[in-house]
Amino acid sequence: MKQLVVISGKGGTGKTTVVGSFAALAERPVLADCDVDAADLHLLLSPDIREESDFAGPLNPVIDGNQCTGCGLCVEKCAFGALAPADTAEGGCATRPAPRLDEIACEGCALCSRVCPAEAIQMRRVIAGRWFVSDTRFGPLVHARLGVAQENSGKLVTLVRSKAAEIAEQRGAPWLLVDGAPGIGCPVIASLAGASAVLIVTEPTLSGKSDMSRVARLAAHFQIPALVCVNKWDINEGITEEIEAEAKAGGYRVVGRVPYDPAVPRSIVEGVPLVESDDGPAAQAIRALWHTVAAATAAL
Amino acid sequence: MTIAVASGKGGTGKTLIATSLALVLQDAGSVEFLDCDVEEPNAHLFLKPHIEAKEAVEIPVPLVDDAKCTCCGRCAEVCEFNAIAVLKDAVMVFSELCHGCTACWVLCPEEAIRPTGREVGVAESGWSGPIGFHHGWLRVGEAMSPPLIRAVKARARPADFVVIDSPPGTSCPVVESVRDADVVVLVTEPTPFGLNDLVLAVDMVEALGRTAGIVINRAGIGDGQVNDFCRSRNLPILLEIPFDRRIAEAYSRGEPLVGAFPEYRPRFRELGRALQSMVKP
Repeated sequence: MKQLVVISGKGGTGKTTVVGSFAALAERPVLADCDVDAADLHLLLSPDIREESDFAGPLNPVIDGNQCTGCGLCVEKCAFGALAPADTAEGGCATRPAPRLDEIACEGCALCSRVCPAEAIQMRRVIAGRWFVSDTRFGPLVHARLGVAQENSGKLVTLVRSKAAEIAEQRGAPWLLVDGAPGIGCPVIASLAGASAVLIVTEPTLSGKSDMSRVARLAAHFQIPALVCVNKWDINEGITEEIEAEAKAGGYRVVGRVPYDPAVPRSIVEGVPLVESDDGPAAQAIRALWHTVAAATAAL
Repeated sequence: MTIAVASGKGGTGKTLIATSLALVLQDAGSVEFLDCDVEEPNAHLFLKPHIEAKEAVEIPVPLVDDAKCTCCGRCAEVCEFNAIAVLKDAVMVFSELCHGCTACWVLCPEEAIRPTGREVGVAESGWSGPIGFHHGWLRVGEAMSPPLIRAVKARARPADFVVIDSPPGTSCPVVESVRDADVVVLVTEPTPFGLNDLVLAVDMVEALGRTAGIVINRAGIGDGQVNDFCRSRNLPILLEIPFDRRIAEAYSRGEPLVGAFPEYRPRFRELGRALQSMVKP
């Protein structure tokens, strides 16, 4: 089984458009949407949800106001500034009230609960999202939805990716196609585990060029072979050439160009992969891209 | 006032909007620009700042003194991030997993652990004309961006306007970027992807108790569902920029929108005024 992870550095370069079409072109693929912050692949694949589960996220402290003596040790020790002394001005309470928790700042390290001399702090796991195993007409899709303003997206990505890998192994699927997140941080790193190759989809802008170069270095850091494709290449042919030259010089294989084509947003509105809705210039380029990527990945 | 420019979906035009907004606000007062997308910073390509200061940003990670350590295992037990393993006669620190929570050295009974630094990236500051400019570069291979985002934010000087260019998504790096903003501009595009991710971003902004206004970029490429959603949730659409290949080409070369197309200046001034009226009590 080959695991191809599609990433970009810069957001909005066309990762999901490419993965959606690859889903339709690959032989018996298993699919994983590892952009759990802003998952969109399901909008092209009409999934039927077969299984769904809670994602147990980080720990959060729960302070028992009756046991708390208001000594302030937890406030002093918290490295993230997540605990603040309660406002003593209100209520005229005789004893010092329990500290207030800033759930967003809390990283769930549990130090407060361990240092509390009154044992007034219990840690409780927060449900930080949902994840799904679905059927699509192309193959199984594992996807997720991170809870509002939640952290630990890297852990949810790992859950989605490893569940999809497990299904691919069970079915003897030749391809695991992973739609990655933008950026180079925690969710992207989590999506790279086990990758046979990454396909970097970029765009011919100075931003796309700078971001491609950083995400390619990330792939190299983890010793994963990188393939590079420029989407909407005709928006700026000069920068397309610069990106391709830089990729080649860095030892990355350039696998194709996709032209700007208004059929792409139309296919997103229709909610189907581009190669199913259209046979115009971008669709044809993505078909050719898949053949090159599949051959290059299989040869690794 | 602090204005954060964010989006659920990547590539909708956050940097396009944030840089042009900063360029018109400089006529109305002092401006500090913070590029908080430390994974993939791009605003410097448009504002072309002269960088004057550079700082390596570290988080504290454990350093074990083997002479004092008894391998009792307490540090591994209290680490919620699996960043320490204690073997029979050695302690292994997986520094890249460490969140810098301090639990291991605070709780080590032998006082055998002290903090050392792990570099998460570099923060830089300078000037783009009168605009104070700050951004960060996450070290390639580093997973944790929030400590670097906090360092970039800490570099802002007091100003009439602080404009924050946020990373894409809806999780911790975005929350860190927008949580103190007086108003959040959510940039989207009129497609089902744009809508899906806008809904998530609006929920995030509301969970943080912030106020959101919407900018629709590439208007005309998709459908009307984003406009319908904004109407149903009473979200003000502050600006719509039509899809125009010439704008995409100017963006590709790193030209700010209001520089390449001065006819947009009045519309960005109007956007600035609308944002100011949204934060008035």
